[in-house]
Amino acid sequence: MDKKTKAIVFDPLSDNNPITVQMLGICSALAVTAQLNTAFIMSIAVIVVLCASNTIISMMRHHIPPKIRMIVEMVVIASLVITVDQVLKAYAFEASKQLSVFVGLIITNCIVMGRAEAFAMQNPPRQAFMDGLGNGLGYSAILIIVGTFRELIGAGTLFGARVLPESYAGNGLMVIAPGAFIIIGLIIWLQRTLTGKYEEA
Amino acid sequence: MTEYIDIFVRAIFVNNMILAYFLGMCSFLALSKKVDTAFGLGLAVVFVLGITTPLNNLIFNLLLKDSALASNVDLSFLNFLCFIAVIASTVQLLEMLLDRFFPPLYNSLGIFLPLITVNCSILGGSLFMVERNYDFGQSMAFGFGSGMGFFLAIIALAGIRTKLRYSNIPQGLRGLGITFILTGLMALGFQAFASVTLQVP
Repeated sequence: MDKKTKAIVFDPLSDNNPITVQMLGICSALAVTAQLNTAFIMSIAVIVVLCASNTIISMMRHHIPPKIRMIVEMVVIASLVITVDQVLKAYAFEASKQLSVFVGLIITNCIVMGRAEAFAMQNPPRQAFMDGLGNGLGYSAILIIVGTFRELIGAGTLFGARVLPESYAGNGLMVIAPGAFIIIGLIIWLQRTLTGKYEEA
Repeated sequence: MTEYIDIFVRAIFVNNMILAYFLGMCSFLALSKKVDTAFGLGLAVVFVLGITTPLNNLIFNLLLKDSALASNVDLSFLNFLCFIAVIASTVQLLEMLLDRFFPPLYNSLGIFLPLITVNCSILGGSLFMVERNYDFGQSMAFGFGSGMGFFLAIIALAGIRTKLRYSNIPQGLRGLGITFILTGLMALGFQAFASVTLQVP
């Protein structure tokens, strides 16, 4: 792997993370993290869709008329998401029930659209695939971190298996929506402090 | 009648699109710096959500549902693609109509109208409508209620962020971080409405 490809894959993991820095795809990131299990499945679904859509759009980039490119991108993404949804329904029915509408919402997940617009339209398929992989992994990293904290503190379990002793009562705040907001706020604080990249408010 | 009011009120306070389901976060965070822009976006969301949810309800029930078009024909796997097409075309149509007949409103909504297409809360509204088996009247109440909920939340956050300019926040928490924590606290406040119900048991 040469230097440039490496940068494409690893940059989005921290320095240019889709969630905490680019502010993309926050919608679904929080909703599925109450349990680690759903967070994990959602991550895989997003990585698959992101890689595939970036590759396909990049391959078609010379044939898409600029005026209707949004609609073309939307159709490609929607078809991919339908495929993922059908596969999940067939092989992981329980998980797909838990994810409910959020699999469908990958379509309007700004990461997929954003990367298609910003990267896949200008770069060859191989790099576009790598970019999709990197951004997907960056997204997953945040999902898994938030999911770990929420499940561990909220219920005392990880992947459904008990980690903390039975006497741990579980913190209800972490399971409901506000917990997710506060945790991601704290993660952003930590990341900004570690990387030293602040923003002007 | 009580049933519709119940759905409406619950959609605003209990099942709030942003604070309970995290939908539409991207534009919620990006456009809540000033009350003016927040007002424009909120209004646009109320409009589009109130129109597309009942419209998608008709399309789903008359065309896509199992055995709706012809017996033993189940097109429901096409729902994502159809919904997103309906939303995109409604937004386009609404833009043209407003431009022609209500120029002041069109000018105040400005660029927010086209942006709405990729707002997760719009597609989310339609998907929730399918998942909860709402009929036409219910989906109308639900669409408008969810829009109002979004409106309320974004105006409130914009108000707080305007005040925030005069406070001394830790450097790493500035911008995105504090906004997340604020949203978390707001969501915590909205949790107090969780047991509100208008239906007589």
